[in-house]
Amino acid sequence: MHTKITGAEILVESLKKEGVKYIFGYPGGVVLNIFDVLYEHKDLHLILTRHEQGAVHAADGFARASGKTGVALVTSGPGATNTVTGIATASMDSIPMVVFSGQVPTMLIGNDAFQEADIVGITRPCTKYNFLVKDVNDLSRIIKEAFYIASTGRPGPVLIDLPKDVTVGKADFVWPELEMRSYKPTYEGNKWMISQAAQLMAKSKKPVIIAGGGVIISGAAKELKELAEHTDIPVTMTLMGLGGFPGSHKLSLGMLGMHGTYYANKAVQDSDLIIAVGMRFDDRVTGKVDAFAPHAKIVHIDIDPTSIKKNVRVDVPVVGDVKRVLTVMNKVLKEEIKEQWDEVRKAWLKQIDAWRAERPMSYTHSEEIIKPQFVVEKIYELTKGDAIITTEVGQNQMWTAQFYKFDKPRTLLTSGGLGTMGYGFPAAIGAQFAHPEKLVIDVAGDGSIQMNIQELATAVINKLPVKVAILNNRFLGMVRQWQELFFDERYSHTKLNDVVPDFVKIAEAYGAVGLRATKPSEVEPVLKEAFRIKKTVFMDFIVDWKEKVYPMVPAGAPIDQMLFEQEKKPEKKLKAVK
Amino acid sequence: MRHTISVLVENKFGVLSRISGLFSGRGYNIESLSVGETIDPQVSIMTIVTTGDDWVIEQITKQLNKLIDVIKVTDMTELDHVEREMVLLKVSPKQEHKAEVLNIAGIFRGRIVDSSQKTYTIEITGDEKKIEAFVELMRPMGIKEFVRTGKVAITREGVKKK
Repeated sequence: MHTKITGAEILVESLKKEGVKYIFGYPGGVVLNIFDVLYEHKDLHLILTRHEQGAVHAADGFARASGKTGVALVTSGPGATNTVTGIATASMDSIPMVVFSGQVPTMLIGNDAFQEADIVGITRPCTKYNFLVKDVNDLSRIIKEAFYIASTGRPGPVLIDLPKDVTVGKADFVWPELEMRSYKPTYEGNKWMISQAAQLMAKSKKPVIIAGGGVIISGAAKELKELAEHTDIPVTMTLMGLGGFPGSHKLSLGMLGMHGTYYANKAVQDSDLIIAVGMRFDDRVTGKVDAFAPHAKIVHIDIDPTSIKKNVRVDVPVVGDVKRVLTVMNKVLKEEIKEQWDEVRKAWLKQIDAWRAERPMSYTHSEEIIKPQFVVEKIYELTKGDAIITTEVGQNQMWTAQFYKFDKPRTLLTSGGLGTMGYGFPAAIGAQFAHPEKLVIDVAGDGSIQMNIQELATAVINKLPVKVAILNNRFLGMVRQWQELFFDERYSHTKLNDVVPDFVKIAEAYGAVGLRATKPSEVEPVLKEAFRIKKTVFMDFIVDWKEKVYPMVPAGAPIDQMLFEQEKKPEKKLKAVK
Repeated sequence: MRHTISVLVENKFGVLSRISGLFSGRGYNIESLSVGETIDPQVSIMTIVTTGDDWVIEQITKQLNKLIDVIKVTDMTELDHVEREMVLLKVSPKQEHKAEVLNIAGIFRGRIVDSSQKTYTIEITGDEKKIEAFVELMRPMGIKEFVRTGKVAITREGVKKK
């Protein structure tokens, strides 16, 4: 005979079954009883953030850094609606996450009760799936399904809405077997399609691999490296793919797209074969779609069939898990196909090297004023790449992607799809929980750090040695850059100049450490000092506000029509599309 | 081109919203939609009529398949199938047209399901062409109200690809 336990206790037991250690959350009226069960719990730690958005981003950062499913718990109404940005961020980047929201009792749902919000309705388009639990007897099954859905196939966030009477109600705790007839992701790629792809790779003269976030999610970095090295095919990465292939490898072309390298974009545009691996041809990658890689056949490997042929034509589609598909592909290439590409590949790589020499990734260094790229370069130099880097969104994000060489998967956590300012700092907090021993650095801007700056309290209270490098240009830099280039330097509401707070004092007010560098010569000492201190540190780098992210492809242009640093302005006035 | 897509779904609350949200969120068009339980009360079937080129239809079927509650998606347009729709039509013909209305209804195998001094309500079932033809003939008779169920479709036995 089982003793019946409450829904709140079932929730906790279920989370333990799922191996959850940390929940990022914020209490409130209808989840009081759940928080009561968590009070001083031995195995399950509730990490109190200072905003629900922070909680969800922290769960997201934890998930990206660890590969495990992140968990957040919030109250109903405003608590739930505050999670939406975080959920949408995770959804766009395929991050496994389960968010629990409190809800008013079932009999009050629809009555416009105090702190009621239809969060299931609100999050339907930005979750992979969501549940409203109506009966405590369904709770454990729903939790099990939620974790399964979140972490399998193309991962994504799942929300479970918990009415008060469900968590108060009692039931037997049963951990059920999974049975889902309507959800069966495809993992094994079609063998014939894989052979077709391998044949094309062997025969092509100018192939390029484009690696995306799917490489990292499926843990296929090793298989990808094997593929590239065996076939001598250069690899470029999307923002989400950085770290999926070593950035310092000779076959690496760095990032492609709007702020990609000249040689990556040139190679893609000139290629006769693109092997797209776990990426989805976002508009920031393709530029003008009609003019994208005009001579290339496209092999597209992705676990999500809807990603294939959504934006670009595809010649060989392979639906499946990237790791499994690449494993088979490597086998086919090594066992069934004669190596015949030696000569042609030499010519292709030589051409790419010429492009690399023509326009390498660069910026103009200054002895007087700190260039933001210099800070990122120094971070790379001092950490030797052995750190977890998070970013906010905007120039800070692009400079990080351009000037830090990510050699390993799960070392760059950034909001690629949704482009969420305020993501990086809470994500760094989540990442630090996943890897307490690692150096975690958020590269931020003075604009975006202010979007979740309250999480300083979370970092300090939990004694997290998270470092935040603020590239402080007193502007919303990326928007300002567009205004300079496309809007006649009319800096409409992007100038933060007069009201940028003293970040050193803010850090100190929260009990963290604040450091500042105003000259290039101070950058290295400040970074070294920050890395030495085992505390939360804000570094305020006063950088050149005029600095822009180059190269740049204007929105809506083909990706080989790039603007460079030397050409201060486009000759013809280019029209910005978005 | 117009496609009739049959979608077998879990019969749960919110499923219709997921499907309609998918169409509205991605800018696809729904011409008609009908939903009902199947023999298994845990499963519903939706018949969606939509238009789009091959790219769009391929995306629609893939996106539908991706929804967790969707069990099976069939593009009926690719298969030999039967389509039917039911229409209820209320006419108020002039005295001299009353016999004509009954006559036309008879020709189309319609049934008079309600009548009053001034009106007839006619039920008619058929494929799109039949219903269009019927409505055209009724138009001059003075249509007062007109409701339609949206299409349902079923494959013919010995299904072959068209």
